[in-house]
Amino acid sequence: MAQTLLQVEDLHTQFFTSRGVVRAVDGVTFHVNAGETLGVVGESGCGKTMTALSILRLVPDPGRITSGSILFRSKDVTKMTDEEIREFRGNDVAMIFQDPMTSLNPVTKIGPQIEEAMTAHDRFTEALARGRVVELLKRVRVPAAESRVKDYPHQFSGGMRQRAMIAMGLSNEPSLLIADEPTTALDVTVQAQIIQLMKQLNRELGTAMMLITHNMALVASLCQRVIVMYAGRIVEEGPVEQIFKSPQHPYTWSLLRSVPRVDEARKDRLVSIKGLPPDLSHPPPGCKFHPRCPFVIDKCKVDPEPELAEVGPAQVARCWVLMRNVKDEDVTAAKQSALSKDAVAKLKEPTGQVSGNAGG
Amino acid sequence: MAAIPVGALEQSADWEVPEQQIGLWQDAWHRFRRNRLAIVGATVVLLLVVIAITAPLLVHFKLIPDPYTQQVENIEVGPVTAGHLLGTDELGRDTFSRLLYGSRVSLAVGILVQFIILPIGLGIGLAAGYFGGRIDNILMRFTDIWYAFPDLLFVLVVVSVFQQYTFGNVIAQMVMIFGAIALVNWVGLARLVRGQVLSIKEKEFIEAARSSGSPPMKLILKHLLPNSLGPIIVTLTFGIPQAIFLEAVLSFIGFGIQPPTPTWGQMVNSGYESIYANPSSVVFPAIAIGFTLLAFSFIGDGLRDALDPRMRR
Repeated sequence: MAQTLLQVEDLHTQFFTSRGVVRAVDGVTFHVNAGETLGVVGESGCGKTMTALSILRLVPDPGRITSGSILFRSKDVTKMTDEEIREFRGNDVAMIFQDPMTSLNPVTKIGPQIEEAMTAHDRFTEALARGRVVELLKRVRVPAAESRVKDYPHQFSGGMRQRAMIAMGLSNEPSLLIADEPTTALDVTVQAQIIQLMKQLNRELGTAMMLITHNMALVASLCQRVIVMYAGRIVEEGPVEQIFKSPQHPYTWSLLRSVPRVDEARKDRLVSIKGLPPDLSHPPPGCKFHPRCPFVIDKCKVDPEPELAEVGPAQVARCWVLMRNVKDEDVTAAKQSALSKDAVAKLKEPTGQVSGNAGG
Repeated sequence: MAAIPVGALEQSADWEVPEQQIGLWQDAWHRFRRNRLAIVGATVVLLLVVIAITAPLLVHFKLIPDPYTQQVENIEVGPVTAGHLLGTDELGRDTFSRLLYGSRVSLAVGILVQFIILPIGLGIGLAAGYFGGRIDNILMRFTDIWYAFPDLLFVLVVVSVFQQYTFGNVIAQMVMIFGAIALVNWVGLARLVRGQVLSIKEKEFIEAARSSGSPPMKLILKHLLPNSLGPIIVTLTFGIPQAIFLEAVLSFIGFGIQPPTPTWGQMVNSGYESIYANPSSVVFPAIAIGFTLLAFSFIGDGLRDALDPRMRR
């Protein structure tokens, strides 16, 4: 059985703002096995990035990890000293960011920049690091790597920069690479290249990956397991095929319905999720998804959401309703209603009082 | 998407037209060169530097009269009289050679003061911007208080307190005046650096560097500092005419470098009493001050445009 690399236990990360406490990460528990690829999906503002930043203890002010533990190879990240955490970053867990345009220092050449990521740790001497730079760039398939190390980031195209970022992330041979929406800022063909590259690297190097994205297609093509987050909590978790085949949480279902699929009948229209994710400083009572849920029942509006419960093989979900209990005609109605004029009008309203017009 | 063969993708990457190898500094230099006024300014400054360095040589080879020698028979003569290109002052000293010698003090003040300002402003600005919070608050309130004090008054106090310890030694006097001027001029740089650091700190590449485990010192020296270098250079360049002017003012009111060492401000001061009888001893040093300030300002303008990344093509 695969060895557990990272075990996050009941993680709470909160922001102490003038408008109140924002629970960006609200009791998240998950693990990453060595060598596996884990997808973390959800809309913007659902706590995916904050979860990742918490793992590296890079939560920006005024945020703080308030409780929970993050065990990496059974060492607690939250209890590390500043020096230990500095060694941990990059060495054990590396992170690549969404926008390769801004993630590279514009005044430093690519080569020295990657080199710096290595010399920040004691693992490689300066000479050794310099030698590795070209090798790394070749590994991420940057053409003419020998001459391109002397280029500045502005001389790289978007895809090449993201490759350079990945090279930098891999430079210290971390056992876990966190990729925060690595393809969002790239155009479609370049996205495909980067996905291909990440797939190959994962195979070649055995680096575990935690892929944060709202792109379901990306998850389908890269990940083995997937976590769906909503409003700072995990609402569903399971193997990719399982989640895609039978999503149980209405949120997961909605996310999947909102992306085009080749294997769907053409008359099936895309369904958008009504409204916006809740304001995490004043979340709605009951299940946080209930104002937007097409299958909401009265219980959802009052009772706090249930614990994650087993709903299939290795699949857990946090819902009172569960998609398997929803009648087929309600599903059809939900698809329809999301397209009706009425719903479009409701879309323009602020979140909150959107009644479940599909019944449930 | 997985269906696209890897080879095909690889090729598309090769379509990129290889850009010419142009570094940031070459790029800035190109833009600077296109600015005619800046080039004029740079030429004037270069000329001044040459003059300041060679002035003693010119005297040595008797190309110009000695600026310290009094010619009692030629007091306050007009321009082009008795071998005095710009006439003489009230003590019969050659105005032209005193003018050339004066550039030494002015340039030294302008440039060396920046070297004192640089570490102070950089240190305080970087620390305040990087560490933020309480350290930022303490450093910036200190800076505010410093800023609130009137510049000239501050310099006058410093000079009048320390004047007695210089014992008429020109070097000691210069150090004192440089120090005094630097002490009132570092505030701008400190604030600028702090602002730069605050904005760059939020950039993603800083987060990226942090996430790869870069130690704080490396973050400051390799990421924050190089990225704020442009505005720093511009501020320092604009600081040069400011310092020159302040020194001229000090010399004019008699608190600067003490005679007989010629400085432009001092020349204006001493010639000022006989401005109607002998205008050349006032007009020429005043012009020298004016043109020098202008030249440095042009360079500053040129640098600001050249180093501003938003001006990039």
